[in-house]
Amino acid sequence: MKTVEPLQPCGSACGLCVTQISHFSVNIRGKCILDDINLQIHCGQLTALIGPNGAGKSTLFKAILGEIPHEGKLQFLDSEGNRSAKPRIGYVPQRLNFDVNSPITVGDLFTAALGQVPVFLGGSRRTLHNARLALSRVEAEHLINRRLGALSGGELQRILLALALEPVPDLLLLDEPISGVDFKGMQRFYRIVSELRQQYDLSVILVSHDLNAVADYADRVVLLNRVILCDGTPQEVMKHPLFEATLGRLEHFM
Amino acid sequence: MYENISALISLLPFSWAQYAFMQNALLAVLAVVPLFSLLGAMVVNNQMAFFSDTLGHSALTGIAIGVIAGVQNPTWSMLIFAVFIAMVVTFIKERTGSSADTIIGAVSATAVALGIVILSKGGGFARYSRYLVGDLLSITPQEVSALGLVLLAVLVLWYIIFNQLLLLSINPSLAGSRGFKVKLVEACFAISLALVVTFTIQWIGILIINALLVLPAAAARNIAAGMRSYHLWAFLITAVCGVSGLILSYYWDTATGATIVLLAALCYIFTLMIRQPGR
Repeated sequence: MKTVEPLQPCGSACGLCVTQISHFSVNIRGKCILDDINLQIHCGQLTALIGPNGAGKSTLFKAILGEIPHEGKLQFLDSEGNRSAKPRIGYVPQRLNFDVNSPITVGDLFTAALGQVPVFLGGSRRTLHNARLALSRVEAEHLINRRLGALSGGELQRILLALALEPVPDLLLLDEPISGVDFKGMQRFYRIVSELRQQYDLSVILVSHDLNAVADYADRVVLLNRVILCDGTPQEVMKHPLFEATLGRLEHFM
Repeated sequence: MYENISALISLLPFSWAQYAFMQNALLAVLAVVPLFSLLGAMVVNNQMAFFSDTLGHSALTGIAIGVIAGVQNPTWSMLIFAVFIAMVVTFIKERTGSSADTIIGAVSATAVALGIVILSKGGGFARYSRYLVGDLLSITPQEVSALGLVLLAVLVLWYIIFNQLLLLSINPSLAGSRGFKVKLVEACFAISLALVVTFTIQWIGILIINALLVLPAAAARNIAAGMRSYHLWAFLITAVCGVSGLILSYYWDTATGATIVLLAALCYIFTLMIRQPGR
């Protein structure tokens, strides 16, 4: 179970491209946060990263994004076998830092991220057109003129997903919010991620706190706590003794 | 060219428009309006009002350093010290995250105290009180032209970095994932803010410069529906308050900067009252 056995790619996914995370270690002020992490993420695969608070899940994302110094290598192999050290990464952050009264609209957010013309001049028509297309992928076209502060947690999450998918990335990192998204919103989000993953052949790593959703939607689960404790299908990982030892028993589960 | 513009202003059918100092001041206000509305909109949006306040206060220490160094015009020592403070605060903010408020407050207080101690030595502080209140009517044509150049530089910089700055204020990691140079952009903003605040402080005044930066944007925020109307409102409010404040200060014989800020405060209160509930 420790070795990284690729799962059968699902749907139309080619499963040939792969993101390789080899020997990732992160030390912050002499403290070892992550120790020798090795992961291979195939495209079309939804890998859920679970673990207790402080296990290093967010730190792994920051290391993949190149935001904090780390040891080890990140490599991306596309379906033609071309190697690249800098895959295009789409990132859905756990939360945004804005005031609820802030006059930033969804369209402004997309213009800031995608456009050349400054947002205070209104951005360009083409950028807004692209934003609408991107939003339609996540059933959120109608939200383009809404202020970020007026969105529900689920809507905001879908918008961030749409932004991360424009342009379509090699690797998608989803940091799931701890709170603020209701059950229905969560279900809808997972359904969309799952569909898009097949449609665009995405490699997805999802930091999740919702183990029921993980069991329903993830192809593979990685239990992390400074090191990778176990790695396999949801059923395999959740029956593993280390799962219960790390996250406790889940009575209502599965 | 400057003479031509001044001549144009003197054609206005008002008594104040005939004086050279009012012509200079009006042109200075017209340069300050877009400058402050752009910077102020970003300061308010990024919740950095405390930071810009510290920059204003650090001017006192900048003057004091200039006095110790024996320079006649302390503008250069102020500029250098303000950039230094901006870098220190940005660094602290990055290292400590959300709890930066206390540290910024400490830096601000230290800068003010140090400046006052040095400048008051020998009882000569009164000489520097003009920096506290500011004197827009003393601005010279050369200084107005320099202000115009600063405005041009900020407009170019803003055109390049605005989108990146906005996204990184929303989430730095998200900005980084799109290849934005987060630290560089943040430093550009902090330094340009430091330079503008310090450069204009002798005309606007240490005590109120932050209010002039923050109030119009805060008022605009109450009524704006998006980033574009936010900037438009901030510009309009600064322009109306700036020009009418200058003229009122002429008739009332009051300090110009403070008169402008008072009008901006009225705008803020008004927008707060008409703000739609649930916003």
